[in-house]
Amino acid sequence: MSEQQATPPVLLSVENLSVSFKGENKQFIETVKGISFQIPTNTTVALVGESGSGKSVTSLATMGLLPKGQSRIAENSKILFEGKDLLSLNSKQMRAICGKDIAMIFQEPMSSLNPVFTVGDQIAEIMRIHLNMGRKQARQRTLELLTEVGIPSPESKIDAYPSQLSGGQQQRVMIAMAIACEPKLLIADEPTTALDVTIQKQILDLLEALRKRRQMSMLFITHDLALVSEIADEVIVMRHGEIREQGLAKAVLEQPQDAYTKALLLCRPQLSHRPYRLPVISDFMQVQDVPETEAVSLPEVDFAERKRGLVGGEEIILDVRDLKKSFFSRKGLFGKDEFQAVKGASFQLAKGKTLGLVGESGSGKTTIGLLLMRLQQASGGQALFQGKDILAMSEKEFAQYQRKIQIIFQNPYASLNPRFTVGQILMEPMQVHKIGANDTERKKMALELLERVSLPAQAFDRYPHEFSGGQRQRIAIARCLTLKPEILICDESVSALDVSVQAQVLNLLQDLQDEFGLSYIFISHDLSVVKYISDQIMVMNHGDIVEIANSDELYQSPQHDYTKRLLSSIPQGTRQVI
Amino acid sequence: MMLGILSKKVDVQDQQTSPGLWRLAMRRLKADRIAMLSLLVLLCYFIILVLSMTGVIASNWNKEVAVSYAPPTFIGADQNTQDSEKKATPVAALPENPVDPLKDVIKELNTEIATEQTSGGEIDYYGIQDPLAEDMKAIDQQLGGHLLDQQSELKQTLPFGADKWGQDVVLKTIKGAETSIIVGLISALLAVVIGTFLGAIAGYFGGWVDDVLNWFYNIFTSIPYLLLVLAIAAVLQQKGILSIVLILGLTGWTGVFRLIRAEYMKHNSREYVLAAKAIGVSNTRRMFVHIFPNVSHIALVQMSILVVAFIKSEVILSFLGFGVPVGVVSWGSMLNEAQSELILGKWWQLVAASVAMAVLVTAFSMFTDALRDALDPKLK
Repeated sequence: MSEQQATPPVLLSVENLSVSFKGENKQFIETVKGISFQIPTNTTVALVGESGSGKSVTSLATMGLLPKGQSRIAENSKILFEGKDLLSLNSKQMRAICGKDIAMIFQEPMSSLNPVFTVGDQIAEIMRIHLNMGRKQARQRTLELLTEVGIPSPESKIDAYPSQLSGGQQQRVMIAMAIACEPKLLIADEPTTALDVTIQKQILDLLEALRKRRQMSMLFITHDLALVSEIADEVIVMRHGEIREQGLAKAVLEQPQDAYTKALLLCRPQLSHRPYRLPVISDFMQVQDVPETEAVSLPEVDFAERKRGLVGGEEIILDVRDLKKSFFSRKGLFGKDEFQAVKGASFQLAKGKTLGLVGESGSGKTTIGLLLMRLQQASGGQALFQGKDILAMSEKEFAQYQRKIQIIFQNPYASLNPRFTVGQILMEPMQVHKIGANDTERKKMALELLERVSLPAQAFDRYPHEFSGGQRQRIAIARCLTLKPEILICDESVSALDVSVQAQVLNLLQDLQDEFGLSYIFISHDLSVVKYISDQIMVMNHGDIVEIANSDELYQSPQHDYTKRLLSSIPQGTRQVI
Repeated sequence: MMLGILSKKVDVQDQQTSPGLWRLAMRRLKADRIAMLSLLVLLCYFIILVLSMTGVIASNWNKEVAVSYAPPTFIGADQNTQDSEKKATPVAALPENPVDPLKDVIKELNTEIATEQTSGGEIDYYGIQDPLAEDMKAIDQQLGGHLLDQQSELKQTLPFGADKWGQDVVLKTIKGAETSIIVGLISALLAVVIGTFLGAIAGYFGGWVDDVLNWFYNIFTSIPYLLLVLAIAAVLQQKGILSIVLILGLTGWTGVFRLIRAEYMKHNSREYVLAAKAIGVSNTRRMFVHIFPNVSHIALVQMSILVVAFIKSEVILSFLGFGVPVGVVSWGSMLNEAQSELILGKWWQLVAASVAMAVLVTAFSMFTDALRDALDPKLK
């Protein structure tokens, strides 16, 4: 492989990079363990890995953005950019290169832009600093850049504040800032993760077009292997601070050599087929200890297809009719502005089945979940649960029904009270609803549930922060199960998790459905996950339900234009690997 | 070596069974050297406070034990006081003016003074004979020699000097600590409790409850602080420590209110509170069991700021005549006295009171800071 790389000149060469961070007890823990790779000119290199793999640390080290006292770069590490070692430069020399020759795009466009300056000022500032441009000239150039990154009517948007732009437009502004000084290397750190799938496609296309036009190189950091094939020429797979595999993108994706790469590719639910259980990383990594020379054999994965969809005649557990929700914002002194988040949604949930709910941000899918939980007051409509309208009940009456419908939130880091032990978290719902005779009995039930979601019994006395994201989401699931609910609303419940952990949680949810006959409303923006888990799928756009259909039907023959557009934006990178 | 291995083992065991919040906090505090040092300082203050309250020390702080403004021992006795005795005959050495028409009279007077001085009569340095000297001697003899003894026992210096009335500054500082600490701590506690409670209600419920409480807050903050204090003092019609605590507590909650309110608004929309609502947890429990531990650090930090502010406020109140009654000493009243003393160059009372206050305040805020960190399970 090295012969192939030798042909184009090398732009950035990372040699033996080791970074350690100050951890507990002030000991330094190595997070990047002596990695080496090269970025040739005019190439896109993707750096793929899950959280904690060290991919972002690598990019921050390149930009010299690592926190000074907290981190340490090993003596023999080198980051050569056009032959200059970036690690040996002082901060002034570093500033001259960063932003000019190397530019970076961050994940969250909203928090990377300064909210009190107009976007035009922020783009112009960079050119005035690095290129010594005058005010007028910089403004002229800013307009050109905004046009180049595809912002509609740049003359009016140049004086807009970041909050007046949509997420996609903000990311375009970030890209305009990054390319303002014609960098030779563009580092994009998960630039599309925070964006909707249709916007993600546009941004990827834009980045690729810009790279080609300007003959730049790009280091594209992502956790999503599916994106890699869309954009990258070469790919580096990282895990735990080590490079597991690197090579040409096509080769790696189609014939992965490393067990971890294979696992990553298979863990992700795919549109083409639906196995009974998703494979998880540990299925693959058990063979890790085998000497490297031996061919790594793939474990047996059950590829039997799981049947999905409704055939008609299923028992209906929840019947929602014309559900409406409007938000009002104050306008002037007495005026009100109405915003209809949900415009009359009607759907039915079959017992023991999963209803997927997809849509882009702002489509009202989360609001539906909150309305059914009565966490927000509906403006109109009915939700019949076992024939009774739960929206019209008094608080007292609803209390008995509350435990029947439960919700799992998106962010397992936010949905557990950091001051409660896992035991307290699990026992509280039982105490509130008087389940179990006393606390000893409740503790027994809580321990059983911990075992059910595959957590050790020791977890009972620990605090949530001691657990990883996937484990926390299991705790949240266990908390819901304490109430023995019949309907579980999963609001983006796996979206914040790493691919491998996502597969574990999805398997757990599926097992629970098989075991207890739970009915799910599965809200997600991730179309392949929804396709995998749902029997029926409901597509929402701007508060309207545009289509409801069995999931296979929907993906094969979408009826509505919006559904078609949504489906065509899914990265098609994940290929059949076996 | 052995010790290292042992302690490592303990660590591993600890990690398996996560200890309770308070035990964890204690362990973290013990590991924090600054926290332990400030805790030690606070304990010292507390012991002194208890001793002075029970009258074991500093009970005779208001006794005249030294000459007025006796300086600290390490400076030495005041040169001016000693010199002043020698200034009795300042003109004696003046050369005679030959053309002075009164030179004979002056000469006569001088010889008269000289003879009286050498004769050893009872003359003070103003050159006037004490007319009561004989009587005083008689009284003194009747009292068994105590009166003049005491007078003569007045010390020229004290370890940290004396004030205008010859009271020991060290004892005064100790006694003053009693008032100041009680006023500072209790009124800060009162203000924080009121502010937190109202802030929690306003931030949690929002809507009209929030509006009403905000009006209330605005009323309190729109009245000039001193006017409000005077008004409350007039209503209470009583001077004393309790009144000061009430005045400070009832006027000082506003800042805490705003901060806690904002925190509650923020936390109220957090997913863990939504999750608690979803499982049917009651409002009170959500407010005080779920959210409060997560905002308690703000209350703690505010508390330490308020303690400092209230110790200083008590000074102003005492200055305005609404503070501690005459006959009770506090750091505030000491600082108040120090204003006029400074012009005379008597700095020790000022230094004693402010050092005592600064050390307490620093130790207190460092300790609350460490306590805040120790109580946060997320910080390792």
